[in-house]
Amino acid sequence: MSAATTAPFLSVEKLSASFADRTGQLSVLRNLSFSVPRGQFVCVLGPSGAGKSTLLRLLAGLLPTNAGRILFAGEPVRGPQAGVGLVFQDANLMPWRSALDNVALPLELRNNPDAIDRAWDMLQLVGLQGFELALPSELSGGMAQRVAIGRALVQDPQLLLLDEPFGSLDALTREKMGEELLRIWELEHKTVVMVTHDINEALYLADRVLVLGKRPASIKLDMPVKLARPRTPQLRYSPAFGRMAARLRAAIE
Amino acid sequence: MKRSQEHKGMHTGLLALLTAAVALLAWELVVRVSQLPAFILPGPGIVWARLLTALADGSLLRHLWVTLQEVLLGLALGTLVASLLGYWLARSPRWERLLAPFVVASQSVPIVALAPLLVIWFGPGLLSKTLICALIVFFPILINTIIGLKSVPQDLRDLMRSLQASRAQTLRLLELPAALPVLLGGLRIGATLSVIGAVVGELVGADRGLGFLINVGRGQYDTALVFVAVFALVAMALALYGLVVLAERRWLWWQQRSNSLALLSGEQ
Repeated sequence: MSAATTAPFLSVEKLSASFADRTGQLSVLRNLSFSVPRGQFVCVLGPSGAGKSTLLRLLAGLLPTNAGRILFAGEPVRGPQAGVGLVFQDANLMPWRSALDNVALPLELRNNPDAIDRAWDMLQLVGLQGFELALPSELSGGMAQRVAIGRALVQDPQLLLLDEPFGSLDALTREKMGEELLRIWELEHKTVVMVTHDINEALYLADRVLVLGKRPASIKLDMPVKLARPRTPQLRYSPAFGRMAARLRAAIE
Repeated sequence: MKRSQEHKGMHTGLLALLTAAVALLAWELVVRVSQLPAFILPGPGIVWARLLTALADGSLLRHLWVTLQEVLLGLALGTLVASLLGYWLARSPRWERLLAPFVVASQSVPIVALAPLLVIWFGPGLLSKTLICALIVFFPILINTIIGLKSVPQDLRDLMRSLQASRAQTLRLLELPAALPVLLGGLRIGATLSVIGAVVGELVGADRGLGFLINVGRGQYDTALVFVAVFALVAMALALYGLVVLAERRWLWWQQRSNSLALLSGEQ
C-alpha cells in the first residue's frame, strides 16, 4: 500500500478525554497523538479499562473531545460522519431484522434504492450465503459478527473502526474471524483502527500496533509489524512473531 | 414442532371448554340446591333465554355497540396522548422527574370518584365515557411507553447516531420496533381497563350502553339481564385482549418463532 502523500489520513493531535463521575473528573486519555496513513491496519492494545473503547468512540465522533483534536481526511471530527464504518463489541444487530436487512440498514437510511442488492452481495463477501433471511437469534456469535462487519462495510467507508469485534467469541472462532477479516481487508483495503486486548490477534492482523498505558492513557509503544502479507495462520508460530509478542506483552505490563 | 403446537392449542381449547362446562354445572347446582328466586340468582337456562330475547329485540347489540364505541374511542385517545407524552418524557429526564409525582398522584384518584365529575362536565353521552376510558387507559400506556423507549439498547442508539440517522428514522427503525413488545404489553392492559372505564361511566350516568343495561336490569329485578350484560362485557374485554395478542403475534414474530399459546405472558 502506498504511504500517505501529504496530510495523513487520520490524525489525532494531543487528544485528552475525561468524564465526570461521582468522584469528580475521571481522566481517561491524556495527550494522545498519532497519525494513520490511508490503507493502514492499526491495532490499539492496552490493559482493560485503559480507554481503548473511549478512543474509538472519539474517533467515531460519538463522544466530544475535551482537548486536542482529531482530523479525518483533513477535516476536524465534530460528530458522526459518513465514510466511517463502526463495528461494536457485541454484534449489536437489530433482533427484528434479518441478516440481510441488518446489513442493508446504513444504505436504507440514505434511501439507497440498491440497498438490498448491495447487502446481498456483502453477505456473500462475509461468507454468509444461505443465511440472508436468518434472524440474529438464529445465528452463532461468529456469524452475527460477520453480519456486523458486513453492515459496517456495505456503505463503502474509508475508515473502519472495530471495537474488540471478536471479544465475545471463543478462541477458535476468534482466530477464524481474524483470518476472515484479513481476507476481506485484502479485497477492500480500508484504513482500519481496531481495538483489541489480544496480542496475537493484533500482531496477526495489523501493520502497526499502538499500546496504550494505564489510565490516564497515552501511547506507550508504537510498533510497526513488518510481517509479509498475505499473512498465513502459521505465521503465529514464527520466531519473529514471538519476539514482537514478547515486546508488546512487556509494554502492556 | 408445528404439529405439537397445534396439539397444544387444541388441548388448551378443550381445557377451557371443560372448565366452562364445570362452572355452568356448578352454577345450576347452586341454584337448585339453594332454591333462590330468579331475581336473586337466575340459573343458566334463564340467562340463556334472556340472552336470546335480548338478541332478538336488538337491545343487546344496540347497547353493546354504544359501549364498544366508547371503549375503542377512549382506548385510541388515551393511547395517543399517553404515547406522545411518554415519548417526550423518555427523551427529557428533567421533565420526567418534574412531572412524575403528579402523574403518579393522579393515579391515586379512583376513576369511580372522577366519573361523576366528568359526566357533569361533559354530559351523559359519548364524550364523557370516552374521556373516562382515556383516563383509565392513560397511565399504563404512559409507563409502558417510557419503559419501552428506555429499554432500547444504548449500543443500537450509538449505531443509529454513527450512521447519522434522523430523529424520525431513529423512531421508525429503532425505537418503535425495539419498544413494541413493551408498548403492546401496555395496550393489552389498556384494552381491558378501557372496558371497565366505559361501564363505570355508564353506571354513573347514561341512557344507553351495557352499563346502562345493568342499571335497568337491577331496577326491574331482571337479574338475568344483568347477567347477560356482564357476560357481554366479559366477551368484549376478551375479544379486545385477543386482538392485541394477535397483533403481538403478527408484529413480534421475530421474538416468538416458536411461541405457544401463552395468553397471559405473551412471550416465551
